[in-house]
Amino acid sequence: MNEQTLEVDIWRGGAEGSFQHFSIPRQDSQTILDVVTWIQRNEDASLSYRFACRVGMCGSCAMTVNGRPRWTCRTHVSRVAEQGRLTIEPLRNLPVIKDLTADLTPFFEKWQGARGHFKGSATRHDEFAHVLPDEPARQAASAGVECINCAVCYSACDVVSWKEDYLGPAALNRAWVAFNDERDADRKGVLQAVAEGGGCMSCHTHQSCAEHCPVELNPTAAIAGLKKASLKSWLRGGRTS
Amino acid sequence: MTATSYALQRLSAAVLAPLVLIHIIGMIIAIQGGISAEEILGRTQGSWLWGGFYGLFVIAAGIHISVGLNNILSEWTSMSRGLVAGIAHGYATLAIVLGFRAVYAVVFA
Repeated sequence: MNEQTLEVDIWRGGAEGSFQHFSIPRQDSQTILDVVTWIQRNEDASLSYRFACRVGMCGSCAMTVNGRPRWTCRTHVSRVAEQGRLTIEPLRNLPVIKDLTADLTPFFEKWQGARGHFKGSATRHDEFAHVLPDEPARQAASAGVECINCAVCYSACDVVSWKEDYLGPAALNRAWVAFNDERDADRKGVLQAVAEGGGCMSCHTHQSCAEHCPVELNPTAAIAGLKKASLKSWLRGGRTS
Repeated sequence: MTATSYALQRLSAAVLAPLVLIHIIGMIIAIQGGISAEEILGRTQGSWLWGGFYGLFVIAAGIHISVGLNNILSEWTSMSRGLVAGIAHGYATLAIVLGFRAVYAVVFA
């Protein structure tokens, strides 16, 4: 090992597997995604990983780097390498397809489970909704709407690792955005979806999601908002379970 | 955890917090004052106030145990939901029965 070399251990295999070691050249402004790509192109073409945009927009390249979930395209080696060493694994809390590729199916199923999709009622004959930018609900929605679905928060969340049916921070953050969208035709339905057993009330407020979110959203705050709204609905005798 | 169990856990905690404080302060005062068990029982026997105080204590503790234990077991073990609920409700019921037995002994026996 020298200053021109990176010592990299990469997970190979599926749920069962082992780390494979690579020594690769260090480069200026090198990202973790650059490291993985270099290995695939120069050392082992069978290495599996996922990426698309390379500029922090698509959320597809998240991996566990030296024990922490990160978006690899925007994570510089100089920030995370410990004495020239990197350990790169697939995201935690998700099934592993192969090597660094995690199966995001449960993540997106839970997104749907949290009623994360928009339900409209207006037709093309209706007026456009006038949503003022400084309204509290609009500001709450704006605070969470830029989620890129990278699943870093889902991977960082301890409650997800303990509780199989827990919806997770990203899905609940999306539900909070939908709940604060005054154009949504079934906002009570959002509350009902997130007040079930694996919903917002299961959050322990560890704030790992907010700590790790690469775009600096605060899903913990969104979940706290959902808890408050669900509790208010329960006290009024609403149909949250 | 559902909205109902969340609300019950928070409400029971809100009830328990002042009751626990009053209980502990009362115990310290009683011990510091050097009064005997007989003297304590002499003050609690027939007191509907102490009976109500500890009766409420037992009910709030039972609810809190049931929800909390259910949550802990479902997160930390791989037991089925039915078994977890059975253990949590069974333990809470036992605590409530023993608690009311103690309240009866201290206040009404």
